[in-house]
Amino acid sequence: MENLGNGLVFGLATLGPGIGLGILIGKAIESMARQPEAAGMIRTTMFIGIAVVEALALLGFVLAFAI
Amino acid sequence: MGLTLAAAEWGGEFDGALDDINALFSFPALFWQDVAGGLFAVNRTILIAWFMTLVAMTILVLATRNPQVVPGKLQSVVEMLLEFIRGLASDIIGPKGQRYVPLLTTFFVFILFMNLAKLTPFLMLPPTSRIAFPLFLAGIAWLVYVGAGIKEQGFGHYFKELAFPPGVPKALYVLLTPIELLSNLILRPLTLMLRLFANMVAGHILVVITLVAIHVFLPSMPFGWMVGVFALVAAPLVFGFELLIIGLQAYIFTMLAAVYIASSVEPAH
Repeated sequence: MENLGNGLVFGLATLGPGIGLGILIGKAIESMARQPEAAGMIRTTMFIGIAVVEALALLGFVLAFAI
Repeated sequence: MGLTLAAAEWGGEFDGALDDINALFSFPALFWQDVAGGLFAVNRTILIAWFMTLVAMTILVLATRNPQVVPGKLQSVVEMLLEFIRGLASDIIGPKGQRYVPLLTTFFVFILFMNLAKLTPFLMLPPTSRIAFPLFLAGIAWLVYVGAGIKEQGFGHYFKELAFPPGVPKALYVLLTPIELLSNLILRPLTLMLRLFANMVAGHILVVITLVAIHVFLPSMPFGWMVGVFALVAAPLVFGFELLIIGLQAYIFTMLAAVYIASSVEPAH
């Protein structure tokens, strides 16, 4: 039962960031395709955004083991 | 099978359920010494870290010991690495970034080689999956970006900009100041640490489970071998994916450290 809870904590924690990452990377690719000369800058900004969004999923991962 | 044994042999008993995940990560001390009241113990993780450091040092020294105008293979790879980090620093931090190139290169090479131990036969354990390694790396990054902010902007100005970002209505500071302080001083190093740590822990678990699945299921006769064959097919894919993660995490850590340094060096007007 406890292991099930751990799994659920991480599973639920990935839902929001998963959607967020999808939108974020999709938009980044869209704008890279539209403006290939700005690809470097967009990629850097994309990774910063990914880092922020991903933090939530990581907290879920750690909490799944901590709880 | 050698890989499986290397992964399974040290990771505890696999004859039953994998009920304690810590068995994959914590190893008993091989030898220890009392130094000034503290225990200085060396276990498998530390040995792997030493070995990978030695490998990285050997490669870097061999590549730069006798530099040629027309670089050889090894030299051009290392030069590409340095060019890459230098480009990263000048893109993100700007003209003041050159000073931080040695630090960022150290971050990148150290994390890359520590992570590579995850897929190196007979090692198969990334030292970065123990919290001490990401903790110290994130701590160094924290010290450097706070130090850079104090040095470039002055102590009072840096913390004033940090707590009260300009261009915001005064009433919002009630809400904004705690969030900004928490995010800039605590959450940044915390996520920097957790990102590397969690990715390496998850990757190590994934690799071990794939290899152990081959090891356990392939000889089991009635139906179990199907799972074994699946794991056998999946193993190269898992390894490729982990190789991607290894490089990506080293890159993201380096890049975020550069971004944080940039935010201290160039104030957000």
